[in-house]
Amino acid sequence: MTADETTIVERAREFLAGHDPDAMGREAFLRARYDAGLAWVHFPPGLGGLGAPRGLQAVVEREFDGTPQLDVGRQAIGLGMAAPTLLTFGTEEQKRRFLRPLWTGEELWCQLFSEPGAGSDLATLATRAVRDGDDWVVDGQKVWTSGAHMARWAIMVARTDPDVPKHQGLTYFVCDMHASGVEVRPLRQITGEAEFNEVFLTGVRLPDTLRLGAVGEGWRVAQTTLMNERVAIGGTPGRRGGGMMALITETWRTRPELRTHDLHRRLLELWVEAEVTRLAAVRLREQLAAGTPGPEGSGMKLAFARLNQALSGAEVELLREEGLAYDDWTFRRSDTVDFVGRGPGYRYLRAKGNSIEGGTSEILRTIVAERVLGLPAEPRADKDVPWKDLPR
Amino acid sequence: MTLLYSDVEEELRAAVRALLADRCPPSAMAARAGEEPLYDAGVWKALACDIGVAGLLVPEELGGAGASPREAAVVLEELGRGVAPVPFLTSSVMATKALLAAGTDAATELLGPLAEGRTTAALAVSFAASPYAAAPDTVTASPRAAARDTVTAEDGTLTGRVTAVAGAEAADVFLVPASGALYAAEATGVQPSVSLDVTRPVAVVTFDAAAATLVAPDLGPLRAALELGAGLLASEQLGVAEWCLATTVGYVTERRQFARPVGSFQAIKHRLADLWLAIVQARAAARNAADAAATGADTATAAAVAQAWCGTVAVRAAEECLQLHGGIGMTWEHPLHLFLKRAKAGEIALGTPGDHRDALTGAAGLPAPA
Repeated sequence: MTADETTIVERAREFLAGHDPDAMGREAFLRARYDAGLAWVHFPPGLGGLGAPRGLQAVVEREFDGTPQLDVGRQAIGLGMAAPTLLTFGTEEQKRRFLRPLWTGEELWCQLFSEPGAGSDLATLATRAVRDGDDWVVDGQKVWTSGAHMARWAIMVARTDPDVPKHQGLTYFVCDMHASGVEVRPLRQITGEAEFNEVFLTGVRLPDTLRLGAVGEGWRVAQTTLMNERVAIGGTPGRRGGGMMALITETWRTRPELRTHDLHRRLLELWVEAEVTRLAAVRLREQLAAGTPGPEGSGMKLAFARLNQALSGAEVELLREEGLAYDDWTFRRSDTVDFVGRGPGYRYLRAKGNSIEGGTSEILRTIVAERVLGLPAEPRADKDVPWKDLPR
Repeated sequence: MTLLYSDVEEELRAAVRALLADRCPPSAMAARAGEEPLYDAGVWKALACDIGVAGLLVPEELGGAGASPREAAVVLEELGRGVAPVPFLTSSVMATKALLAAGTDAATELLGPLAEGRTTAALAVSFAASPYAAAPDTVTASPRAAARDTVTAEDGTLTGRVTAVAGAEAADVFLVPASGALYAAEATGVQPSVSLDVTRPVAVVTFDAAAATLVAPDLGPLRAALELGAGLLASEQLGVAEWCLATTVGYVTERRQFARPVGSFQAIKHRLADLWLAIVQARAAARNAADAAATGADTATAAAVAQAWCGTVAVRAAEECLQLHGGIGMTWEHPLHLFLKRAKAGEIALGTPGDHRDALTGAAGLPAPA
């Protein structure tokens, strides 16, 4: 163990000796863990961390195994996207106000980025924020907002200057989801459930203290969120043969009557692809331990989308007659994002979203081609035109 | 475990890359391909002795550098990037590994000169041999040699013929599987074949009552050599693929059609982005195989995964490179063909991707249908 590692282990054990989660309760335990700097060790002291190398987080997690854990399904957007953006662009006050309840899960977050007319072309978004004294008044409509029905706060991009080209007139806010004028409506999905929503913003007043970054700098702030989003979606290395692969392997192992030579060949190919993707994610994590997420995260998200779709498709096919059945079409509001939960039919349908949410695979390929490989940009008709003059 | 490169590995890489760029750049090799054997004894001597790559895997007490497969893998990446016509994989990795695994006095005796680059060795097996299949009995040890179970069988002889042997033209000594044991012998004849891969040709090697020394009483060391060779071949394939991608990116950035660089067309960009991703995965898999070989943990699975993936990726990279270069890609003048030939031959070498996937049946928990 390195000196750093020893210090962290000692710190964690000392904390655990003095805090009994059974006696103090889950939330109080998590708050205390945050205050001890053992939440995300690479964050600064006072903000849940110790300013330690990111790689030491694994050491902490090992020590805290068996204690109350975060609900990563419900907290995914807060932890993966809002937190790194707050850390990079937030004021001291904002960081102190938001990060602790975000980490403990007492306050959930959602992401108000996409709009009906602005998906892949996010910078064309039309939700307006107009300055009024110390407040901003927001009007517009957002869509595909996972977890908006549970969220206390949202990260949001809005247009504050329609007279400049589309990337320049944007500003980034924390939106108060309890503010008057915020209306959340469920959007029923292909799976039958509603894990995401439409969000209507009508005369929503947000104090200027909820602005993140400078006025007009919203696109730059959003880039941080999006890079972290792709790493969060694509960059978590599981165990070998785990995740979607584990489900199909289990069926294959226990149901020899379903096996065919064709599927055997294809599943071995997919197993290898899953393994090399896992290893690439491990390698990306190692690189991240030393720096910040680069466009490589986009590559991992591409890979996982393709794998999940191929595997879930093969699983339904493997099951033959049972693949004709679906577990439940009941309309429900899911409170967590679970890509592998429920039945094979659900997995097949849900995986279709993997190549759309958080940046479509087509956009990610363009990002890789231009930012990693340095290929020339395509001719752009919209770059130097004021947003208000763009054809719509 | 780490899948990143250490500073020492990067220094070694820089030394090998600089030497190859200076002494045998792909453009120069393309110019003389087909006119003379591409094996370059001068370059090999410089690599083997001056940089010391020949003894990388040999322990210091036996005259080597005592490095690990991780460093050897980095050398292979650069040799792949330069399609270098040198016998590093066949001699310094595979033959050396067989001798190390044998561990007998006869084996140790051969290692010293190999490590110093004074001699070169090759396995007398087909380069297409899979690590998972038994070695075909094409060479027979004389009854006297076969009956011996000690390592002093200096008067034993070998008779037979092995086809598609890689690294044969440079080999002073062959390690020969015969009658269930491993022998060292000089060949009676080495007949170069007209090979698909012109930078690593194969040859027919014959033994006609050739004097042989018993190196190992069984073929365990041969299998170990084939497994390590397969695992590290992935790094060479990574180097081949990286050259192809970088060269293609350079070309489509320069080449203009329809009044704009070809590389600004989405149809091209997306293909190259997908290729980049496959290479990112190949790099992780190749590093993992090298790291596993260095630590001895889970080596067979890591090697099979790397081979199942990287062989295909190198071929794909070379084929994309060819297509995206248009007609120029089809010319003898452009060095790309050396890479395509190396990639396709490498895909078959030491087990096809399919062989390696089949070998993962157990590790993946996916038993074959009845």
